[in-house]
Amino acid sequence: MLKLELRAASSRSMAYLSPVLALLLTIFFGALLFMALGKNPWTGLQVFLIEPIRNKAAIAELLLKTTPLVLCALGLSVCYRANVWNIGAEGQLIAGGLAAGSTILFFDTGTPGLSGGMVLLLATCAGVVGGSLWASITALLRDRFNANEILVSLMLTYIAQLLLMYAVNGPLKDPHGMNFPQSKVFSSDYLLPHLFSGSRLHIGFIVMLVASGLMAVFVYRSFAGYRLTVGGLAPLAARYAGFSSRRALWTSLLISGGFAGMAGAFEVAGPIGQVLPSISPGYGFAAIIVAFIGRLNPIGTIFGGLVLSLFYLGGEMAQSRLGLPSAITGLFQGMLLFLLLACDTLINYRLRWQK
Amino acid sequence: MENFAALIAASINSGTPLLIAALGLLINERAGVLNLGAEGMMLVAAITGFAVAHQTHMPWLGFVAGAVAGMLMATLFAWLALVLVTNQVATGLALSIFGAGLSAFIGQSFVGQSLPAGPHGIPFLSDIPFLGKALFDQHMAVYFGLLLCGGIIWFLYRSRAGLVLRAVGESPESAHALGYPVRKIRYLALLFSGACCGIAGAYLSVVYTPMWVEGLVAGRGWIALALTTFATWRPARVLLGALLFGSVTILQFHFQAIGIALPSEILSMLPYLATIIVLVLISRNPDWIRLNMPASLGKPFRPGSA
Repeated sequence: MLKLELRAASSRSMAYLSPVLALLLTIFFGALLFMALGKNPWTGLQVFLIEPIRNKAAIAELLLKTTPLVLCALGLSVCYRANVWNIGAEGQLIAGGLAAGSTILFFDTGTPGLSGGMVLLLATCAGVVGGSLWASITALLRDRFNANEILVSLMLTYIAQLLLMYAVNGPLKDPHGMNFPQSKVFSSDYLLPHLFSGSRLHIGFIVMLVASGLMAVFVYRSFAGYRLTVGGLAPLAARYAGFSSRRALWTSLLISGGFAGMAGAFEVAGPIGQVLPSISPGYGFAAIIVAFIGRLNPIGTIFGGLVLSLFYLGGEMAQSRLGLPSAITGLFQGMLLFLLLACDTLINYRLRWQK
Repeated sequence: MENFAALIAASINSGTPLLIAALGLLINERAGVLNLGAEGMMLVAAITGFAVAHQTHMPWLGFVAGAVAGMLMATLFAWLALVLVTNQVATGLALSIFGAGLSAFIGQSFVGQSLPAGPHGIPFLSDIPFLGKALFDQHMAVYFGLLLCGGIIWFLYRSRAGLVLRAVGESPESAHALGYPVRKIRYLALLFSGACCGIAGAYLSVVYTPMWVEGLVAGRGWIALALTTFATWRPARVLLGALLFGSVTILQFHFQAIGIALPSEILSMLPYLATIIVLVLISRNPDWIRLNMPASLGKPFRPGSA
């Protein structure tokens, strides 16, 4: 029988191999899933994984969806490093998107005012502040009242979504929109500039790459990042060293909320271009998987983001080409996280055959 | 008076899924396992129960199917958290994400479908004025929830098996040293919890709503998790908490009825706001939680590793 045997020291190489192994296993189980659904597994996998990257335009779309996923995951990685279980990135994204959208609508009145670039800068700042403020509720309740951050951040996600619904049905509703629950479409001046003509990939992608680099420096080269990591790995050691756990809580949640809010701002001012009742197909939740796949490493999250973005596009492809529900994306997401957790066991244990 | 009876009845109705799910979660938490996958188990059970009830026209079979679906999901969790000793928080999250995906996937062809309302109430008793309408005109699952609560109180505090379960949750090392099969007991506790969450999910889709929309459970799995903390892991307090949350959930409709002009979206926030407020009130004193929380909650245990 196969037995798990504790390794003398956790395996470094396995820590990096595990996501690859999990991805391969997900593809294998995905093929089984397509077979179970009565599709040819090869065609299924080709439509799900290859079709979304068949040409330049498709790859631009992949990078477009990677942007919010990585931004959210950057912040979540910091939280999980500090052992702060923020799972409310989705809510923080919505809060940021709502703040950014309101800012743009405030200036986008048809009369000459601030320049488009200035407004977009303000809107992005509003998004960051909105997301951070939303996350700060979780931080405050955890810090002051010891309330569990998992439950609070998740409840706040539901509340943020309802707040967004209220906004598009009330204050932000387009007066000339035939009573649809949505804001007016932003004028083209107030949309994020595209990187290439003919693709929706916008400047936020570059911001995301820069942010990943900066976060890598923060996590691996700054004292503040070091304190966070120590606090997460060994709370007692951090305490003896005088690293404040309260400070770690606040720093990680504010960073996380800020990035998620930025992601929301970029979605609203980028591909969406107005405020809608739904501004994210669960990017904030998918980003949890991105963070784990990326090994809580800011550069790693880019790879994780590409994978999860591919799953989103693959779901759309499976719907249009194979007639399968696009919700298949969620199934692949769940499978990937399960398999990753299972593979991660091999970091600390090895498999042994025992009679 | 008639309105007041309806209010009580509606509170009990909406509190029931929370009660059943939270009682299940209480059992696995008392055994020291933290399963944050309640939302996922409930979602998968809700769509399974709905699909079965819809196809067979037998609502009771929907409940059975929901319970089985919940147990299968719990088995998945158990295999990862107990056998592969994965982080319980991350694994529970994975179960919730997977459940949301799986239920949306299965449910896509059922979106917007509904089920006929089934029979309600206990004969004769439901004819009593006021009390009949308030208490005895409910679906059978409501009375099942109450029986379950009583059964769990007896089990935890009056039976030997309950004592062993609590021992496993307080100190798995000691229980293991005494020769109790810790992992097996934890697995059974998770299975029970999966069945309860499954029945609660099926109640939502077969009786409470009764239709299918994506994300039908709407955070009730998470609220049930909060309830176990709120109740400081005691079944009688779970009952109290479930009724409280049930009445908060239906408060929004009554606000509208008595003409309080708040937008419906704001009113729909009430259950989530209430959860946060209750968590804050109960967690304010860390010692209170520490005294009551099963000591090994969320900590993995692998026999022979200590």
